[in-house]
Parts: sequence; C-alpha cells; structure tokens
Amino acid sequence: MIWQLEFIILLLVVVCGVAALTVRDLLGAAILFGAYSFMMCLLWAIMGAVDVAFTEASVGAGVSTVFFVAAVFRTSRRSRD
Amino acid sequence: MKRFALLAVLLFGALLVYGTTDFPDWGDPSSPAATHVSPHYIRHSLEETAVPNIVTAVLADYRGYDTMFETSVIFTAGLACFFLLRVFARKAPDSRLYRHRATGITLRIEQGGRLPEGAREFERIDSQWVPYDLIIRTACRLVLPFIQLFALYVVAHGHHSPGGGFQGGVIFGAAVILYAISHDLRSTLQMLPERRTVLMSAGGVLIYAGTGLICLLLGAQFLDYAALAGILGVDPIMARSHGIFIVEIGVAIAVMAVMVSLYYNLASVGRFDEGL
Repeated sequence: MIWQLEFIILLLVVVCGVAALTVRDLLGAAILFGAYSFMMCLLWAIMGAVDVAFTEASVGAGVSTVFFVAAVFRTSRRSRD
Repeated sequence: MKRFALLAVLLFGALLVYGTTDFPDWGDPSSPAATHVSPHYIRHSLEETAVPNIVTAVLADYRGYDTMFETSVIFTAGLACFFLLRVFARKAPDSRLYRHRATGITLRIEQGGRLPEGAREFERIDSQWVPYDLIIRTACRLVLPFIQLFALYVVAHGHHSPGGGFQGGVIFGAAVILYAISHDLRSTLQMLPERRTVLMSAGGVLIYAGTGLICLLLGAQFLDYAALAGILGVDPIMARSHGIFIVEIGVAIAVMAVMVSLYYNLASVGRFDEGL
C-alpha cells in the first residue's frame, strides 16, 4: 500500500472526528460521523481486517448514520454547546 | 474549568500514545498473540472445523461464548431503546392528512371526521410531509431485492468470505429501513409489524443459546458443536461447520430485528404512527 494514501486517509479520520465534535449543526455532525466511519473502514481494509471493515461500513457508515439522522429529525438540529 | 478539562484530556491522550510504544509492532511475528494463539488457528482451524475463513471459525466456534453475549448485548440495547422510547398511550392525532394520488391535493381531516367510504384515491401522509418522489420510490424498490439477496449471501457465504451473521443481519435491516425511508413507516409496519421484530430479536438469541444448550444436553460442553454430529447426520468436523452456520443465522435474525426495531422507535418517537 502507498504510504501517502494511508496518511491522507488517517488525516481525514482525525479531521472528520474533530469536525464532528466541534460543528454546531447536529445533522452535519451525523454526516461527518458517517464519513469518519467510512475512512475508518478503509483503514481496517488496508490493515487486512476485512471482517472489521465490513462491519464498520455496514454499521458505522450505514445504519448508525440513519439512526443519528432520525434522532436529529425528532429532536433539535442545533447543539447548545 | 474548561482549560483544566482540556489539559487533562491532552495529558491522558499523551499517556495513551506513550503507552502504545510498548505494543508489539504491527504484524510482528514474535508478539505474544502471534506466538501462542494465532499459529494454532492458522494451522488447525480448517481441519478442526472445515471452515476456510479463520475469522468466522474463531468468532463463532473457538470464541463462540463471546459472540453469544455480543448478540445478547445487541438484544439488550434494542430492549433498552424500546423501554425508553415506546409510548403506549393511544392518543388519536388532532388531524390527519390525506393526499389525492392523482392531483396531489391534500385534505386535512380534523379529529372525529373521516374520509367518505370508498375514497380509495386518497392515501394517508405524514404531518411533516416529505414531497412524494416517484424517482426515489421506484429506484429504492428496484434495488431493495438485490440488497436483501446480498444480505442473505453475506450470511450464507460467511464460511468462505468476509462477513457472516452480524454483517448480513445489519444489511438486511438496512434494506427494511431503506424501504421505510423511501415509502413510509405505516406500510413498513404492515409488512414487518413491531411485535414480529421483537419476537425475532429474542428468537435469534434463543437460536444461538439453544444450540449451545442442545450441545450441553447431548453430553458435550456448551457450544461444542461437534456434539451435534448425531442430529445433523454428519461427522463431528462437518457438524462444527454446520453449527457455526446455525448460530450465524441466529445472529443475523437477532441483529436484523434489533436494527429495524431501533429505527421504528427512533423515527416515530415510540408512537409508531409517523416516520421520517
């Protein structure tokens, strides 16, 4: 694997994680968390843990994003802190 | 206070990063895990369980006890969400919205009133109405069978390729959720009622634990699938492979039902009348 590519993915993981924490729009945070999960899934796949990558893609990037969006839709879109 | 919290987080983060330097290198052949446990699995899992995918053999057979309780954790999470969110008080909504299918004209019917008999060209819509989109509905309906088929493939092919009960169950649950998003919650609930999702999530865990119990009753250890050889009519090694498949089906049913049940509760805030 090309190390530059891995580095970019790792950087994106950190950026997405920090951005999901700091952004005030909760819907945006849910989408950023989905992106974070997808980047993590790529990292798992690079490290050879294909089963974990599969779980991360289906649970982290797929279903849990839907759950977050459903929760945001039914509560409030703005975070107070 | 905030500055102190930031300092504490940075300090513990630095300690954790420092702690990782004591870890063995990635893929280090002389690390404890690579010298004691892994070689046995790599050399013997195929001849002991007849499962080519070592991960599946370890998860469902060698570490079957762990996986059983992971399934119970998911079941408990679904149950907790159910008890937190489900509202049992049946309160009729103040008004209902009906849309004329052909023209898109919306009728609001106040409490007590109802549509005239035989008004089939009207359909009920959610109060927070999402515009009716023919393209999204048709596209989702087109891909849904393939998603479900792929989910079943992931469950059934877990012995040979990445995946298994957990991933397949999540994908199947996601297919049902996609139907609920692209159509509406009421039609999904007609297809897969709430009672059935709860029974299925409990039933999946029961399949897993029951397989272990049958092994126990046949005189072997809990979840020692080799004991099932007599019932399944195969040799003990094949019986372990089949036993793994049985518990994977249990996991898939439980995970699928819990995901759908979580979505129902979250999307309708426990009222089960209107979804996203």
